[in-house]
Amino acid sequence: MSFTLSAADFLSVLPESILFAMGMVVLVFEMFGTGRDTRNLAYLSLLSLLVSGFALHRLAGRGITGFGGSITADPFAIVLGMIFLLVVALIVLVSIRYLHDRGVGHGEYYALLLFACGGMMLMVSSTDLLTIFIGLEILSISSYVLCGLIQGDLRSNESALKYFLLGAFATGFLLYGMVLLYGATGSIRLPEIAAAVNRSEVRGNPMIWYGLGLILVGFGFKIALVPFHMWTPDVYEGAPTPVTAFLSSAPKAAGFGALIRILTEGLGALTPEWSQVLWVVAALTMTVGNALALQQDNIKRMLAYSSIAHAGYILVALVAGGRDSLGGVLFYLLAYAFMNSGAFAVLILASSPVRERVTFEDYRGYGYVEPALALAMVVFMLSLTGIPLTAGFAGKFQIFKSAIDKGYVWLAVIGLLNSVVSVYYYLRMIVVMYMQRPTAEHPPERVVPSVPLYVAVAASALGVLYLGVFPAGWLELSVRSVTSLLAGG
Amino acid sequence: MVAEQYLPVMYLSVIALALGAFFTLVGILLGPSRDTAVKRTPFESGMPSEGSEFRRYGVRFYMVALTFLIFDVEIVFFYPWAVRFRELGFYGFWAMALFFVILVVGLVYDWKKGALEWE
Repeated sequence: MSFTLSAADFLSVLPESILFAMGMVVLVFEMFGTGRDTRNLAYLSLLSLLVSGFALHRLAGRGITGFGGSITADPFAIVLGMIFLLVVALIVLVSIRYLHDRGVGHGEYYALLLFACGGMMLMVSSTDLLTIFIGLEILSISSYVLCGLIQGDLRSNESALKYFLLGAFATGFLLYGMVLLYGATGSIRLPEIAAAVNRSEVRGNPMIWYGLGLILVGFGFKIALVPFHMWTPDVYEGAPTPVTAFLSSAPKAAGFGALIRILTEGLGALTPEWSQVLWVVAALTMTVGNALALQQDNIKRMLAYSSIAHAGYILVALVAGGRDSLGGVLFYLLAYAFMNSGAFAVLILASSPVRERVTFEDYRGYGYVEPALALAMVVFMLSLTGIPLTAGFAGKFQIFKSAIDKGYVWLAVIGLLNSVVSVYYYLRMIVVMYMQRPTAEHPPERVVPSVPLYVAVAASALGVLYLGVFPAGWLELSVRSVTSLLAGG
Repeated sequence: MVAEQYLPVMYLSVIALALGAFFTLVGILLGPSRDTAVKRTPFESGMPSEGSEFRRYGVRFYMVALTFLIFDVEIVFFYPWAVRFRELGFYGFWAMALFFVILVVGLVYDWKKGALEWE
């Protein structure tokens, strides 16, 4: 028996390998570096993300597969990979001052972000259950550590511990599901699973249903779908704000990516069954997420619940299925990455080491103190609501339109009603900033300028507006890139 | 059917459980039972236990456990590789070299961060 790797094997994981290697280089610099100033490591990480993005870009259109078909660099993986790289780059930008201000001298932070990014890319580019699982674990373990980054802070510790315990639990569910699926179909490769599921004697095996159910539960935890969402607000509130920004967009996108791949490429033949389950989950997720977001006074918690609601909207598209819907998912994931990271970037920019500004009250009259920043926040809030000319509108329009086209009228109606409900809490931010006078306990103060944060806010705002005004280009690319997924199933 | 292959495993599990239950039952039914306070302590012949077990442990123990785990896993991978070294050839050598480099980065990290110092 001989093992050899071809050039295609190396090429297929090149973008991930760059991130993992650079993550280790960051660690080495961290060890031998001087003092607690980690800014240089941040710029090194940005450079690594850029190089990895370049490698990913060069892979586009070549249809390279590696490791016996376990890794594929198809358009779906490449588009999602680009989204992850973009999100992580934004997170690095917003972290620089946050870490510096709080005296968190852990350069490991950037290494962990790079590892997490590589894990996410591995997750969406693999076509067998084990590699998906490994990618997910690389992502999850990095995320657990990131949550507990501020060692002296009890909330941060609580966040890390909760996330770790529930995450480990969810991982168990997922692994059981994968094992049962393997037991029923005799393969961990998605194409072979798809072939097996088409045979009636395999489909009559109840193991496949237990497997499917457990996989849905596992991913439900990871992407915080109702009823597996309980951990989200506590974890998001306690984690350092840049980490919250990261958790609420990128790992969810990765979870959706892997879930879409498993459900369409592997279990496409079972679509009638799983789409019924997900119908109910989508309706619940949207409604519960929005209902709980209404009651929050802490903006981090509000955004946590809002991220649950948005996961529900994305799930609508997954239920509807088909090219237009799944393309809509990719579109929405990018749009959400921009608006969510942008909103968190404003929160981070407005906070100082002395005072975290995370409640609505803290932003009374903010529109007159920091007009430009408040305006950016308005753009993000409007986009999260789904007002036309923003990315959020274009994404929701695509998702609900394709759901109606597929006959899921009621689900679309529930989604639209939920969007109306969400107007209350997103616009509350705008009302507070422009129509309420600041009080003595919440005096507005000008922010301390920071170039990387300004860049992040500006880039997010431009992204939101660009996708809102000219959605066609990105939408077409998204729709085109999911085509290969559906060819087999 | 696949399930039949597992039948011996099921027999074994049933027998093991029954045997365990049988001996426990025999002990309860036939053995003399004279309960004293000393017998109820967790370590009858050890040191007298004191205090609550819910107290804080030094984080050093965890550090040692984690470091041990790294080397444990390393050995798990190195043994089969060493046994098959000739068959695997240069491909195996370079693959292991890469694995080893990653491991050494971890060890140096541990070292620099003081995880190997007890005080």
